[in-house]
Amino acid sequence: MEILLYVLIGLCVFCLYRIIRGPSIADRMVGLDIFGILVVGICAILSIITGRHYLLDIGIAWIILSFIGTLTLAKYLQNKKLNE
Amino acid sequence: MNNTISVLFIFIGILFNLFGCLGLIRLPDVYNRLQSATKCATLGTCSILLGVFIRYGFSDIGVKALVAIPLLFFTATVAAHALAKAAYRAGVKLGEKSVHDDYKDVQDEVS
Repeated sequence: MEILLYVLIGLCVFCLYRIIRGPSIADRMVGLDIFGILVVGICAILSIITGRHYLLDIGIAWIILSFIGTLTLAKYLQNKKLNE
Repeated sequence: MNNTISVLFIFIGILFNLFGCLGLIRLPDVYNRLQSATKCATLGTCSILLGVFIRYGFSDIGVKALVAIPLLFFTATVAAHALAKAAYRAGVKLGEKSVHDDYKDVQDEVS
């Protein structure tokens, strides 16, 4: 089970690559969104390994905060003109 | 028996996450990346949470995983939709291999 955890942490590195190298702000926001979804999976597998139930509470709170953050940044991005 | 099925679900979920992150790296523009990454990562993480639920049943961990599944399913798709619309309105160009832009006609009709 720990191997699966290490694979998920390695996938987070892919998202960090897209956040750092993204050509526009929208690419970085996509990377951040997927990063949040991956962290929820990490919380689920950690709750299996350790047997603690509060780690899934952290996951649920992370889903809601990631949703609100992405919506706010999308609303902010609508009024920008990036490529003109 | 339950442990085998749950590990199978978790493995399938991590495979979907891997495909989503590969698409996040390899695809050419924002909209393709958004499509690949959101679909695959949402389905993969829902599958992981379903595996946790199958392993623990209706105990505290299992019920929390079951609550997290529809929450993740709806919020991730709505966030991706808002992100695509915002990126289009901000003027992010389509990739070079894209052939058709349906949303442009709709925008012209509205405005």
